[in-house]
Amino acid sequence: MSIREYVTFRIGEQLFGLSVTEIHDVFRPARMTPVPLSNSEIAGVLNLRGRIVTAIDARSRLGLPAQEKSVKTQSLAIGVEHGGESFGMVIDEIGDVVRLDDAEMEQNPVNLDATWSGVSRGVYRLDNRLLVIMDIDQMLAGAGQGSAAAAA
Amino acid sequence: MDDLLSEFLTETAESLDVIDTELVRFESQPEDKATLNNIFRLVHTIKGTCGFIGLPRLESIAHAGETLLGKFRDGALPVTPAAVSLVLASIDRIKAILAHLAAEQVEPPGDDRDLIAELERASEGGLVAVAPPPPPKPAPVIVTAPEPPEGEGRWDADQGRFLRPGEVSLADLEAAFNATEGPEPVEVKPVAAVAAVAAMPDHDEDKKSALGTSTIRVNVDVLESLMTMVSELVLTRNQLLQILRNSTDSEFKAPLQRLSGVTAELQECVMKTRMQPIGSAWKKLPRIVRDASNDLNKKIDLVMEGEATELDRQVLELIKDPLTHMIRNSCDHGVETIAQRLAAGKSENGTIKLRAYHQGGHILIEVSDDGAGLHTDRIRSKAIEKGVIDIAESMAMTDAQIHRLIFAPGFSTAAKVTNISGRGVGMDVVKTNVELIGGTIDLRSRQGHGTTFIIKIPLTLAIISALIVGVEDHRFALPQLSVLELVRAGKRFEHKIELINSTRVLRLRDHLLPLVALSDCLNLIVDEDRGDRSACIVIMQVGELRFGLIVDEVFDTEEIVVKPLSKRLGAMSEYSGATILGDGSVIMILDPNGVSRSVANVERSVNRLLDEQSRAAAAAAKASEHKVSLLLFSAGGSEPRACPLSLVTRLEDLDASTIEMTSRGPVVQYRGRLMPLAPAGGMVRHDGRQPVLVFSQGSVVVGLAVDAILDIVEEPLDIQLGGQAPGVLGTAVLKGKSTEIVDVGHYLSQAEPAWASAAIEMDPRANRKRVLLIESHPFFRNLLAPMVSAAGYEVTVAEGLEEARARLATGATFHVVLTDADSPIDNVAGAQVIPLSSRRDAEAVPKSDRYALLDAIQRALRSGEAA
Repeated sequence: MSIREYVTFRIGEQLFGLSVTEIHDVFRPARMTPVPLSNSEIAGVLNLRGRIVTAIDARSRLGLPAQEKSVKTQSLAIGVEHGGESFGMVIDEIGDVVRLDDAEMEQNPVNLDATWSGVSRGVYRLDNRLLVIMDIDQMLAGAGQGSAAAAA
Repeated sequence: MDDLLSEFLTETAESLDVIDTELVRFESQPEDKATLNNIFRLVHTIKGTCGFIGLPRLESIAHAGETLLGKFRDGALPVTPAAVSLVLASIDRIKAILAHLAAEQVEPPGDDRDLIAELERASEGGLVAVAPPPPPKPAPVIVTAPEPPEGEGRWDADQGRFLRPGEVSLADLEAAFNATEGPEPVEVKPVAAVAAVAAMPDHDEDKKSALGTSTIRVNVDVLESLMTMVSELVLTRNQLLQILRNSTDSEFKAPLQRLSGVTAELQECVMKTRMQPIGSAWKKLPRIVRDASNDLNKKIDLVMEGEATELDRQVLELIKDPLTHMIRNSCDHGVETIAQRLAAGKSENGTIKLRAYHQGGHILIEVSDDGAGLHTDRIRSKAIEKGVIDIAESMAMTDAQIHRLIFAPGFSTAAKVTNISGRGVGMDVVKTNVELIGGTIDLRSRQGHGTTFIIKIPLTLAIISALIVGVEDHRFALPQLSVLELVRAGKRFEHKIELINSTRVLRLRDHLLPLVALSDCLNLIVDEDRGDRSACIVIMQVGELRFGLIVDEVFDTEEIVVKPLSKRLGAMSEYSGATILGDGSVIMILDPNGVSRSVANVERSVNRLLDEQSRAAAAAAKASEHKVSLLLFSAGGSEPRACPLSLVTRLEDLDASTIEMTSRGPVVQYRGRLMPLAPAGGMVRHDGRQPVLVFSQGSVVVGLAVDAILDIVEEPLDIQLGGQAPGVLGTAVLKGKSTEIVDVGHYLSQAEPAWASAAIEMDPRANRKRVLLIESHPFFRNLLAPMVSAAGYEVTVAEGLEEARARLATGATFHVVLTDADSPIDNVAGAQVIPLSSRRDAEAVPKSDRYALLDAIQRALRSGEAA
């Protein structure tokens, strides 16, 4: 029996989980510089303590509509390292840390959208809602290729 | 990879580089014992380490090589080029095995018996004529040199076996080493010695090795992260200073000042860790020159100057290959063969000189040879043959320009493809590589005296000077290196953005520059409501292409630290990286190469014009007939205006005080009669000199007053825009400037109403031949009618076939009919029909060629009379 700790966060209406070991930090993306001509999944680049972080728009990556701009919504980003680079995944809301047993993880439902099943390692049934465990490597790496293929 | 192995690989690679250099030196100075000892020690260290790690293949080669070197050292064998080549060959084999080791972490299969046999044979004196201890055998006869039976060798008590040929007993070796002048017992601490040697590849081994301990190996990653952190520290300091600037009196002031100073020093030190002497990129070159001169049967000395010149590690890596290529080139194409050199009265030995020095934030590397220099004519003919330039262009180029053609893609002048260079990829690759790191390359050559290539590269790629520009709400950094100048354009400024077929261009001095808006390049949404925008134009040069980049604002120049782009963005050619500005915000660094690609579209259309210009200039001497001589003048504005020179009878510079005003306008006494003057846009002057273009038609003479007569150009007249104003036939690009072609008739009729009718109502003379001109284009009508009538013919103009037929139907008879070849008229009774064309093709007479036209008319008349 192996217990893992997951940080939960919300993108759109969906609750996602990412292993605490994969998360570098959580920060408020400030002074984001948009990158013209880049894929819509790229939210921009920003300075996080002297490093240039590429921010990924999680909603766009998952094919969700852009968040409505309002005073209340202050987006957050989860900092992750991937391939020696720093990325920030812009999310809607950060949740708690939950401890879950590997054995209880269930496979992706077969009818899950291809984009989603690509970034999902599996699903946990929590008390009142479903938690999708995110495959952060796929989330970061595959995004560009996926849309490039779609464009081609 | 195993730590031990990777350590071994790094060290051995460095040692081998040193051996290469040292061997070449040793060959030329065999008496230099210190060099030989150094080589011997390095080879021995490699052998020892190989045995320790368990790499039998390497060990055996190193052993055989060492044996041979040992013979050199003992003086048992003379040092010959062949023997040195053999040692070098074994070094190469070791390198090959090392490469395999690095990739696969095991020695490659196979053995080196061939090489070892050679080495052993050489050790026995097989390669040289000197008699070795065993009876001498003629070298060519020896096919193999199998290991002699063990009994033949000496017994070595330490190893408990018989010695291999050439092998020295450990005791002997020990004694030999103790006898050498090594500063420290190398056998005991081989690693330290190698490190020292690698760090100081200098003659004076004895002195330098003592300093060996003052250098340590540091992982590059550690340096990089140090760099990142220092940059961050600098930013934080800047922010603190910003805060403190607002408070007048603060207790933080003094400590912060100290922090500031320390930070600056720290930054400088960290930058220094990235710097390496350029000599480390040159290590391989002596070997290359040696091999090349052997292969080519030339004698070449390599002289290196300024090895200690430091530059960024990254730049150093990138410059290695181009340099190697250039050195090879100089050996192959630059320095002549011995016979040629002697014939030219030079010494047998050619010299290639490599020189590096700093110059204002850049490092300059010169590669010069004292060879034959570039063969201008051969390059020219080759370039023409390869279609790089055409003959006309080649005539107009200076020698230096011709020389630079060797940088053109796919250009190689070597008559034959050799092993050394001339594989079709040539200087263009070098140029591309140099430009990739923001450098430039140029050359000087004097026939018979040699060629010098000059490479100018930035000291570092990590920090560049950049121009911060703004477009809409975005800011971008443009590397200063490709920025030539800044130009402000707009209604209130001298420069204006002009349009050619909706393509934006800028007239700048003598050039017509294609313009591209950065907002278009980057697909930015442009806010149209900004009203009167006076744009900034950044004039940039990328390779051969010069263009203007339109931006909204130019902020500042800043030294920026270039950070690589995320791989997620890496595929975008428009950016070369990102950077963090002093205020902490991230901005993208534009890649001039990428941006220039967006210009390509704009450039193509402009290029056509530029091509025509350059071709016109080149072909001026050839008096190409399909061009029109145009008189450029200014009148009422700074823009040049033009009219066909063939219409102008004379150019006069009159005293303005002689101009009189009459009720019909200004007139001047000219050759005994009154000549009405028409101002062509400007005003007729009252004092000073008044330049006047004199037009005459029959008895009517009219002067056109202009501000200044600028030039006479001969260019294909391509009117691109129709006349928008009375008096203007249209706009054409002449000498790179959009120029209004003036409708001369318009102004002249204003001054002298008789002008318009003069052409057809001239005093008829008995023998006057009548010519009917059918021409629908007003420009050519205006060009041809006065031209033909000035030649003494009576000209009737018809604007089209309909009108011509109508005139013929009224009973008018003509001797000659001039008509456009594209709309031929049926046979006209009693008249000769001459087809004309505005192009230079077919049998038709070109409209712009006055002589051909008049000649055609005369011939037609003669044949008409004969008929």
